[in-house]
Amino acid sequence: MDDGETPLIDAKGLVKEYPARDRPGGVFRAVAGLDFQVGRGEAFGFLGPNGAGKSSTMRMLGCVSPPTAGTLRILGMDPARDGRLIRARLGVVPQEDALDVELTVRENLLMYGNYFGIPRRVVKERAARLLEFAQLEEKAGDRVEALSGGMRRRLTIARSLVNEPDVLLLDEPTTGLDPQARHVLWDRLFRLKQQGVTLLLTTHYMDEAEQLCDRLVVMDKGLIADEGSPRELIERHSTREVLELRFRLDEQDQATGKVRAVTGAREGERVEVLPDRLMVYTPDGEAALAAVTAAGLAPVTALVRRSTLEDVFLRLTGRSLTD
Amino acid sequence: MLLREFSAWMLRYRRTWRSTIVVSVANPLLFLLAIGAGLGRLVAPEALDGMTYLEFFAPGMLAAAAMQNAYIESAFRVNGALRRDRSYVVAAATPLEPRDIMAGHLLFITFRIASSALAFAVVMVAFGASRSPMVVLTVPAALLTGLAFATPLAAWAVTVEKFGTLNAVFRFVLMPMYLLSGTFFTLDSLPAWLHTAAYALPLWHGVDLCRTLSLGTATLAGSLVHVAYLGAFAAGGVAVALVTYRRHLHY
Ligand SMILES: Nc1ncnc2c1ncn2[C@@H]1O[C@H](COP(=O)(O)OP(=O)(O)O)[C@@H](O)[C@H]1O
Ligand SMILES: [Mg+2]
Repeated sequence: MDDGETPLIDAKGLVKEYPARDRPGGVFRAVAGLDFQVGRGEAFGFLGPNGAGKSSTMRMLGCVSPPTAGTLRILGMDPARDGRLIRARLGVVPQEDALDVELTVRENLLMYGNYFGIPRRVVKERAARLLEFAQLEEKAGDRVEALSGGMRRRLTIARSLVNEPDVLLLDEPTTGLDPQARHVLWDRLFRLKQQGVTLLLTTHYMDEAEQLCDRLVVMDKGLIADEGSPRELIERHSTREVLELRFRLDEQDQATGKVRAVTGAREGERVEVLPDRLMVYTPDGEAALAAVTAAGLAPVTALVRRSTLEDVFLRLTGRSLTD
Repeated sequence: MLLREFSAWMLRYRRTWRSTIVVSVANPLLFLLAIGAGLGRLVAPEALDGMTYLEFFAPGMLAAAAMQNAYIESAFRVNGALRRDRSYVVAAATPLEPRDIMAGHLLFITFRIASSALAFAVVMVAFGASRSPMVVLTVPAALLTGLAFATPLAAWAVTVEKFGTLNAVFRFVLMPMYLLSGTFFTLDSLPAWLHTAAYALPLWHGVDLCRTLSLGTATLAGSLVHVAYLGAFAAGGVAVALVTYRRHLHY
């Protein structure tokens, strides 16, 4: 990015408006002006809650949704003019799997290759490799109907790689999967990243963003709240550690005042109040906890942990990521 | 590009053709037998200017079956491809443009209507329900009838959000058209105003075209009017579909 090379993706003032669903004749601004660049080989994330405008952004990047305003360049081309050429070099994993359930796993790959005009012999070769990559070799002849959610997701990712894309767009790649299936998927995506594939992904899981993204933007209500690497964002907006305190609900109000008093006196600490707990942002969680107990407070539970992107999101937007 | 979409539909069809045979061929044939040969015996040939009811009814049924196949293959499947199994959405992410997806699917629909019409016409001839060698022209005539419905229906179905809307239109628009287009009885038996109104229905043009070809009573001028009317619907449908497909696939 800093080496003066033109970015693979360059968005300036990107806006997307839809006809409003509730007000006839009105418009709804789902994406309200985004600026970002993504360089070759980067893993770039859009972190934000439901409704932030992530899918709308991905659809514009996928050249299936003309931006309402702003400029967008993908692989140096303009989607309005060269959508066909750009899409030929993209891999797309939509938010919802749309596999052909009546066809077999392998047939799904063959059919997708056909859309790109790749000779059948070449697709067959690639399909064999991709099935191995997606750990679906044993399922190759099975109908998609019979696959689990995690397997379907892996097949969708394998399918998106059939045209050996320069850029892979993943819209919430692991939403709705159980923890084990998510870890398998992360492992596969990590491999792609190591192979130098440029990844753009949206997520509302902060752990996913931390694991996979070199750089990310925090999105809320169609806008970018901030941008940076996960570490930079945490350093900029949070403290090194967080002390989470839970009190009995009838005691929380009273305790909040006391915790504020205790931590307010200490340097670099602040308190956030959530409905069910208090978060003390502090450079040293153990010391903060010691101060709280020394003041005679008795939390039901107390947990010291490192700051995460969830804390960054809370700080930037005043809301939590998943609710 | 459109051939890529066409071959995707063909690949899917290889998996499902058995079940479609029942709806698109077996049903109309059963109808033909039950009504044309069974019930039809009750109708005296004198009432139909000397032709048997089977000879009257079969070519009408050919046209009506083409319309019904158009509804199934176009309206229902187009809508499903966008909203249910989402194969349109998948294709739209590839180099295909909405117009390629539309054209490729319409080509597949053409294949489906034509093959069903051909099967129907063969049986019709085998049952002795036709009187003229011009019956071979009923296959393209039925295809044109089907397309006069398929293209406007595709243009519309890609915009429909609720599946129930499709069912309602099938029941309250298509089914009455069946009855009022001279499929089962001649228009002469309708009140005068309905009789005139029926001339506006594309299905009536399809029915009359197929029937006159099968009976050998077709005139060049009359047939050209039918062809032009049906062709206008088919072409108009394509023109509108170009717009609606773009709007609803690239929104
Ligand atoms: N076709 C549409 N018409 C109207 N509003 C839409 C449409 N698509 C999305 N929206 C609205 O735009 C907002 C952003 O949606 P989306 O981009 O899907 O967000 P995310 O993927 O971050 O959950 C939501 O409030 C959603 O309801
Ligand atoms: Mg989304």
